[in-house]
Amino acid sequence: MLSRKSVLRVVSKLLIPPILLFALYVQFHGDFGPGGGFQAGVIFASAFILYSLIFGAHAARLAAPSWLTRWMLSCGVLLYAGVGVATMLMGGDFLDYSVLASNPLLGQHIGISLIEFGVGTTVAGAMITIFLIFDGSILNRRDE
Amino acid sequence: MAITAFGLVYLSSLFAVAMLSGIFSLSAASLYLVMDAVDVAFTEAAVGAGISTVLMLGTLALTTRREKTSKDNKALPLVIVSATGALLIYATLDMPPYGDPAAPINHHVAVRYIEKSGIEVGPPNIVTSVLASYRGYDTLGEVTVIFTAAIGVMALMGRSRKPRRKQKKDRA
Repeated sequence: MLSRKSVLRVVSKLLIPPILLFALYVQFHGDFGPGGGFQAGVIFASAFILYSLIFGAHAARLAAPSWLTRWMLSCGVLLYAGVGVATMLMGGDFLDYSVLASNPLLGQHIGISLIEFGVGTTVAGAMITIFLIFDGSILNRRDE
Repeated sequence: MAITAFGLVYLSSLFAVAMLSGIFSLSAASLYLVMDAVDVAFTEAAVGAGISTVLMLGTLALTTRREKTSKDNKALPLVIVSATGALLIYATLDMPPYGDPAAPINHHVAVRYIEKSGIEVGPPNIVTSVLASYRGYDTLGEVTVIFTAAIGVMALMGRSRKPRRKQKKDRA
């Protein structure tokens, strides 16, 4: 654990909030600039990975318990597919966002925001889950 | 990039290989940036240089840091690799030059995306509207792939600590 190195600890504490904020910016600004759900999810997860590298996986598990990351993992895909089913129920084709609102452009905008949010949730959940599982089995190895 | 690629092949310290693959990804990201593919560069920098390096290091901590040197015959793989490489280079000879406006790729659906996506979908970033709206199915598939990958890791290595210990006690 690196939490005793004060420089690392202070710098990572300074860096983690901007990283999370930047992930949200990339998530919701993907319509206008480069970025989107995939990148945002990875950046969001990298903040957690930095946190667990510096403060130990135990602290990271308190911040992102495994039930939460597993829910994130599955809810993202469900949200994406659910938007598709919703558009079908509202009379359009699968993933045809134009029917989501009275104005097709607004509908497209809502649909894209929702599915990008689903993508981001799944990617972040997947990355955090994989990293914490790796970390957990490294600890197991050390116990043996 | 070529130097890092050769370094990747020759080095046997896997720690250095993980670092070099991160450097390779970062230089690939800069190359994409030079070629104006900002979204791809972004993804490459975040996934290739960031997350996958961390995961590689995690794997190394789980396994070993040295590469096993095999004593098998190395001629056949070399022949296969050079033949494939020569074939790929031969295939690029037929490709139109980069950025050629007469190339078929610039006449198929790209024109429609560029002209109509502002009217049909809205977002100023055409990449987003192609990815999320025109190619919605593909992106759903990609998300499912990531989901499946995480499920696979969970199934193989998850359920980590307590159950395993119990099993060991049972065996003992």
